[in-house]
Amino acid sequence: MTIEALIWLIPLPPVLAFFLIAVFTFRNRKLSHTLAVGSAALSWAASMIVFYQAVLTPELSEHPFVSQIDWLPLGQGWFRIGVQIDPLAAVTLFFVAWTVLMIFIYSIGYHNYGQPVGEQDRPGLQPHGASVTGEDGKVRRVPSVEPMYARFFAFIALFAFGMYALVVTDNLLTLYMAWEIMGLCSYLLIGFWYGKPSARDAAVKAFLTTRVGDMFMLLGLAALYWLTGTLNYRLILSNSVVLKQLAEAASPVLGLSWAGLVGLLIFFGTVGKSAQFPLHVWLPDAMEGPTPVSAMIHAATMVSAGVYLVLRFFPLISAGWMPGDALTPTLMVMATIGAFSALFAASIALAQRDIKRVLAYSTISQLAYMITALGVGAYVAAAFHLVTHAFFKALLFLDSGSVIHGMEHGALHTGEHIDPQDMFNMGGLGKKMPITFWTFLIGGLALSGFPLVTAGFWSKDEILSGALNSGYVVVFGVLAFSAFLTAFYTARQITLTFLGNPRTGSAEHACESKLVMTLPLVVLAFFAVTVGWVGIPENFPILGGLFPNWFEHFVSGMLLEHGKGGLVGHSPLPLIISLIVAPLGLLLGWWVYRAVPAGTVDPLQSVIGPVYTLLKNKYYIDELYHQMFVRPAIWLADVFTVQWVDRGVIDGVVDGTGRLGLWLGRAFSRYFDIPVITGTGDTVAFGTRRLGTNLKWIQSGRVQQYMILTVAAIVILGGVLYFLLA
Amino acid sequence: MIPLSWYLMFAALLFCVGLYGVLARRNAIGILMGVELMLNAVNINLLAFWSYLYAMRLNGLVFVAIVFVAAAAEAAVGLALIISAYRRRNTVIVEELSLLKG
Repeated sequence: MTIEALIWLIPLPPVLAFFLIAVFTFRNRKLSHTLAVGSAALSWAASMIVFYQAVLTPELSEHPFVSQIDWLPLGQGWFRIGVQIDPLAAVTLFFVAWTVLMIFIYSIGYHNYGQPVGEQDRPGLQPHGASVTGEDGKVRRVPSVEPMYARFFAFIALFAFGMYALVVTDNLLTLYMAWEIMGLCSYLLIGFWYGKPSARDAAVKAFLTTRVGDMFMLLGLAALYWLTGTLNYRLILSNSVVLKQLAEAASPVLGLSWAGLVGLLIFFGTVGKSAQFPLHVWLPDAMEGPTPVSAMIHAATMVSAGVYLVLRFFPLISAGWMPGDALTPTLMVMATIGAFSALFAASIALAQRDIKRVLAYSTISQLAYMITALGVGAYVAAAFHLVTHAFFKALLFLDSGSVIHGMEHGALHTGEHIDPQDMFNMGGLGKKMPITFWTFLIGGLALSGFPLVTAGFWSKDEILSGALNSGYVVVFGVLAFSAFLTAFYTARQITLTFLGNPRTGSAEHACESKLVMTLPLVVLAFFAVTVGWVGIPENFPILGGLFPNWFEHFVSGMLLEHGKGGLVGHSPLPLIISLIVAPLGLLLGWWVYRAVPAGTVDPLQSVIGPVYTLLKNKYYIDELYHQMFVRPAIWLADVFTVQWVDRGVIDGVVDGTGRLGLWLGRAFSRYFDIPVITGTGDTVAFGTRRLGTNLKWIQSGRVQQYMILTVAAIVILGGVLYFLLA
Repeated sequence: MIPLSWYLMFAALLFCVGLYGVLARRNAIGILMGVELMLNAVNINLLAFWSYLYAMRLNGLVFVAIVFVAAAAEAAVGLALIISAYRRRNTVIVEELSLLKG
């Protein structure tokens, strides 16, 4: 088999698994998860072969693996779709394959495969646990299996298909289709426990919010097709003539060039998908879904897809810009939104109590780093951070799922009714759940960019140095401060969850998850550390040059002109800053939260007071959107549409027609039906009756009288006939 | 030869006697006998016209024979009905059998 054929086959197993599970095997839990995990493993294997081949191929960016078929017949010729593996797609494929496979395996344990069915469990609600009578006759509460187990695997298989298809595709249209498949799956999976109103709302919110971004992206897609007549990556992005034309042609909007406008529209798609301000609101609420979904959406696939898209279209977005030039408006928008979102989300994460919500905001913040990096032109750094982030964030989410699992186990054991996701109910879990603790620690350190050993350090350091070396001090300052906050809330999370003493009975009785859950954690933890080593800058003191900076060589070929020679100027400042802020933030976070007793308020609250309330309520953005969009929408639907248009105008027309008909009917009835038709009928009937009544006496019952009548009639008739004929 | 009108007058007289019997008698058997008389009056008419107008053909005679057979059958049915009515109601007086009224 050629490598191109193999690339075509990568997305296939998950979608087959989806249909098989949905149609045939949904009653059988074991078969369903075997199909799903098996399909993920097949895709993983194919991806690894492709990745390996891609790495071995020199000059891959000039000569990517490409295969195309005719797809849609157009007026002249065909719309061709195909697959393409270039360095960016290859590295994306690498982390997608690993994280997807790990999440699939982890889901088996997370959904309590092999546990009994709960007595009170209903489809659409989280499992409540089952009562089991042990050998000693005692009744114990144990976790129960997810009621819609097979459905979950069907959905994430479809999700995986969407992501694989998005990565291997070679044009914007099929990318958009895969992008929307993921949007659908995220809707289905966030609302997986649809029995909970909050999950339903979150699903709708996620779907609608991302749809806003997608609308802009579709506009960008349409504009691009109109301008260039193609949506193929290579024909647009690797073609300096097309890029130059687009960069020089003025668009009708705000004095932007066409390249800038299309880039901006596509970037808005990313804002929705990667949850950047102001469309970030859906991502924290998306935590209503099962935790493997959170890992899937918020680390491995969907949000990464957003950044992947802007990375992919960076040549277009930055067309006409050279390193060292002033930023184009589009790049300026990206840098501004990115830097703002990074700080914004990191600050909100400080005041969240829910273990998954902290991670959700950290995801927004980290994605914002990538966007910012792209905005200032640090292409390689952004791609690098995308890869490292995918690994350590998938790890952290799966870890948090493991923690929640342990807490639920403890809650079932003690019979407490507590929120198993509230970090202030935890504490001391490090001793109960050692594997989860150590892997969480690795993930958390990577997230906060702990120097030298973690992947997050290397990628974040590159972004910081990219920002400063391009001369954007403000951006650099914001990112550095966000990095400090990141370290602080990570330390807060780790300290509250794993260190100190247990604050509830559930935390006291939590226990380590099964091997099927901890194994993916260990694998991802391995990558969370080692992935960083492939991208150590060559000019880094001491370590630089020990390993070749493979990542930069590999990926930077994606750019036609700029970025190839690395960044202009090198200052030791970012390195010093990143060496300082992460340990400092971690230390401070640990110190503040090292001994929080049960039932107390957050120590941070007493320090920053009202600001804490502001952060806790997420700057009241949700409330603002509620006032600005939701209430007007409800007004539009309820008052304007229903009361005025529907009940007033449409119902008025309908009612008017009805009334007219009624009036006509009455008129007909009164002036035609009753006098004419009924009258005639009645006259005939009553006349007949009266005649009968009046002639009744003839029927005397005496045969001889009848006879006389007959004879008389004959005589009279005979007489009449006689006179008439004579 | 006896003129045709005599036969016709005789037949009309016989018919009127029969008719009177039918209309005036109270006994059902008497009425039946009146009916037979009227039937015979018609037969006489038929025979008279045949004999004067179409004597060379046999049609008239055959018709009359068939009418007699039909009249005999009819009289048998009528008598049977009267017997049946008598058995049920113990009377053959038609005024007491006045069930056919509106």
